[in-house]
Amino acid sequence: MNKPFKRKDLLGIRDLSAEEINTILHTAEAFREVSRRDVKKVPTLRGKTVINLFFEPSTRTRTSFELAAKRLSADAVNISTSTSSLAKGETILDMAKNLDAMAPHVIVVRHSSAGVPHQLAKASRASIVNAGDGSNEHPTQALLDAMTIREHKGKIEGLKVAILGDILHSRVARSNVHLLTKLGARVCIAGPGTLVPKDFAKLVDDNLEICQNIESAIEDSDVVMVLRIQKERMNQAFFPTMREYSIHYGLTKERLKLAKKDAIVLHPGPMNRGVEIASDVADGSSSLILNQVEYGLAVRMAVLYLLTGGEE
Amino acid sequence: MTQEHDLVEKARIMDAARINRALSRLASEIVEENQGANDLYLVGIRRRGVPLAERIAKKIGELEGRIPLLGSLDITLYRDDLSTVGASPIVNRTELEASIENKNIVLVDDVLYTGRTIRAALDQLMDFGRPRKVRLAVLIDRGREHRELPIQADFIGKTVPTKRSEIIKVMLKEIDGEEAVGIFVRAGEEA
Repeated sequence: MNKPFKRKDLLGIRDLSAEEINTILHTAEAFREVSRRDVKKVPTLRGKTVINLFFEPSTRTRTSFELAAKRLSADAVNISTSTSSLAKGETILDMAKNLDAMAPHVIVVRHSSAGVPHQLAKASRASIVNAGDGSNEHPTQALLDAMTIREHKGKIEGLKVAILGDILHSRVARSNVHLLTKLGARVCIAGPGTLVPKDFAKLVDDNLEICQNIESAIEDSDVVMVLRIQKERMNQAFFPTMREYSIHYGLTKERLKLAKKDAIVLHPGPMNRGVEIASDVADGSSSLILNQVEYGLAVRMAVLYLLTGGEE
Repeated sequence: MTQEHDLVEKARIMDAARINRALSRLASEIVEENQGANDLYLVGIRRRGVPLAERIAKKIGELEGRIPLLGSLDITLYRDDLSTVGASPIVNRTELEASIENKNIVLVDDVLYTGRTIRAALDQLMDFGRPRKVRLAVLIDRGREHRELPIQADFIGKTVPTKRSEIIKVMLKEIDGEEAVGIFVRAGEEA
């Protein structure tokens, strides 16, 4: 049996137990069914308010959280940087306190600096969901990746998962390394030397390996996860050109052949086609990139539901 | 949620044979009212309504030569007490593979008490379509005086008048590993 989830906030995967992760995934499976009905709405969060506070551009994640809230009958409000009073010079904490005064139940926040959601969580009575903070964590992405793997592989324990590309700037990689190793997968990360932090192995004890080249990471893997090259976070030269990157580190059909025959390919989106992933791989039969989006909605419904549970 | 360990069994009201006979009678009553198994759709309410619906469906299959449609509902998302029960309860899958449109639905649950679970089940069912009619079958009816909503069962295995302080536990081998229905009280409230 799964245990009830008792947290106020979801700030990262790092401080979750395997048990809590399993509760979220189990709940998400039930919510997937809601999105397959003709009437894609349940009355569960009627009267609750969810604020989406996005300080970074986002299509997928913001829409996903907004739809998740609406399908649970919560009221969803979106605030983006360009239209917020931050443009007038208000600090984030002052803004959070003002939002708090309107008594929302959940604030979903994305920010380019690590730790912003954690600060808001201290300042606000609302439940805070981290929708990506700088290069730190993106917990709901890791949860939806785990759900995708579990639905297609039946388990996570014992699988070999390759995570390729820009590890240094990737909150997706950090959350995934925590989650997958907690659930017993073996994770191999690889990419250009400049984009693979050497101290990454310190994040977890076992089950994480830094591979010398991407071929050895892909070899025999059950899951190949390709990360986006984050041009917006690169203010120095990490590799010569995009073309060079794709030749040495891009996931091509040829490289994918090194993985197990039934290996699945994941990408958190948005893709740079022809850079980190070849188009024929992205659109190929191993790719579950669009399934990930469907699972993402279910995971976010589960997170909103679990966090808004009654008082302690 | 009540904890197993602080409950004391006061009386055992059904054993495996009696549960089986009650389900056989429910199966006959359902097909009699429905005049066969045509358009019949049994929907078990999680958790213990699900195995009960499966067993009744099997018995109807034996009687009529065809097994009715089967589905299950998890009513958690439709509960009216979510903001007062503490941590969010675990949600399980709802499975209504076949369309309920124009079907004769029989909701199946183990115990009818306040009627609130059935209200939630009806609301959820309506989100899936428009059945022709909906009936309610329960193994145990705790009596009308406990009802908090105008909801009654159409098919009843056994009516058991109970006090509010008493707890009816239906145990089924699929979930609990044994077959029995008992009346329990919290330890210290035996008198």
